[in-house]
Amino acid sequence: MIKSLDPRIDRAKIDHDPIDPLKELDQFPTFEVFHQTKRGQQHVHVGIVHAPNADMALLYAKEQYARRGETSNLWVVPSSEVTATHYFDDDIFETTPEKIHRDPATYKVMDRIKAYKERNKTNA
Amino acid sequence: MDFFNEAHVEAAKDLLYKMADDQLIIGHRNSEWTGLGPILEEDIAFSSMAQDKLGQSEHLYNLLHELGEADADTVAFTRNANQFHSCHFVEYPIGEYDFSLMRHFLFDMAEAIRFEMLVNSSYENLAMIARKFKGEIKYHTMHANTWVKQLAQGNEESKARMQSALNECWPLALGIFEPGKHEDVLKEAGIFEGEEALQAQWLQEVTKLLTDCGLVIPENVTPSYGGRKCEHTDHLQPLLDEMTEVYAIDPSADW
Repeated sequence: MIKSLDPRIDRAKIDHDPIDPLKELDQFPTFEVFHQTKRGQQHVHVGIVHAPNADMALLYAKEQYARRGETSNLWVVPSSEVTATHYFDDDIFETTPEKIHRDPATYKVMDRIKAYKERNKTNA
Repeated sequence: MDFFNEAHVEAAKDLLYKMADDQLIIGHRNSEWTGLGPILEEDIAFSSMAQDKLGQSEHLYNLLHELGEADADTVAFTRNANQFHSCHFVEYPIGEYDFSLMRHFLFDMAEAIRFEMLVNSSYENLAMIARKFKGEIKYHTMHANTWVKQLAQGNEESKARMQSALNECWPLALGIFEPGKHEDVLKEAGIFEGEEALQAQWLQEVTKLLTDCGLVIPENVTPSYGGRKCEHTDHLQPLLDEMTEVYAIDPSADW
């Protein structure tokens, strides 16, 4: 018997949940969508669509992700074709502080650039 | 349209009315699927195309306004069924998705060819609009063709449903090409090549696609004529009543 906070449901004395749980794979496969704003620029991942095949995925990608704003091209790729790292391996992305020389932001070059500019100014 | 005479203007109006009314009515019909589409993505795509149709009809009503008719809103929302020039095909209820898809395929193919012809029209403002709609209409036919091919070559149920939808749609689709009384004037003025030429090209294109995916074109069918003469089925007036419900509350309201 279904118990509810709503007394009307209790009065109805429903002995099983009338809503069947969704069967597995009860939807189309997923495609990853990549959007290119201008020719020559990189395609950027913008989201997913569900579709029975790649042709239909392109149709839907156009409406979901290219309806507004500039678009020159779209890619769709079956999500099942994507190979990814594991989140439990995410420590591989950690950089130890001792290796800051690999980070270009830490280079102190402004002094030398300024000096170069000064030199050229006096020469000219 | 300075260089056209009165007969040309009358003929152009007749052409504009049937095109605009077709788009307005099918746009409204297809929008009835909003929120009920088979999957979210399709719901969005179909609704968005319905909206395109309404937008296109507005452009055509604006051309009519230039030719002396009332403004777009008045023309769209204050006429009764017996003043509409749309074909019977567009006023039929949405039915099940197979019917709506087949109608979308047959109607949009005719529309695409019509606008392709109008790109070269001597009526420059209409030609400009035809060029402007090219991209939108291309997507509509791409969507329709992909779906029809997919389902006509799917499983037994989808094939049977597409064939029965085609049988149901065919006489209605032929009604799109009901000749008007100004066909000769339109041709002579270089405004439009006429319904007969349009139907011939349409027949060739849809027959190829449908037979390629195994469907059979119905034969010995009587076209559902009358719409172009403003004679309609019982389906149109209730649609108009619903469509104009909000507008009718206060026609002078500014949106």
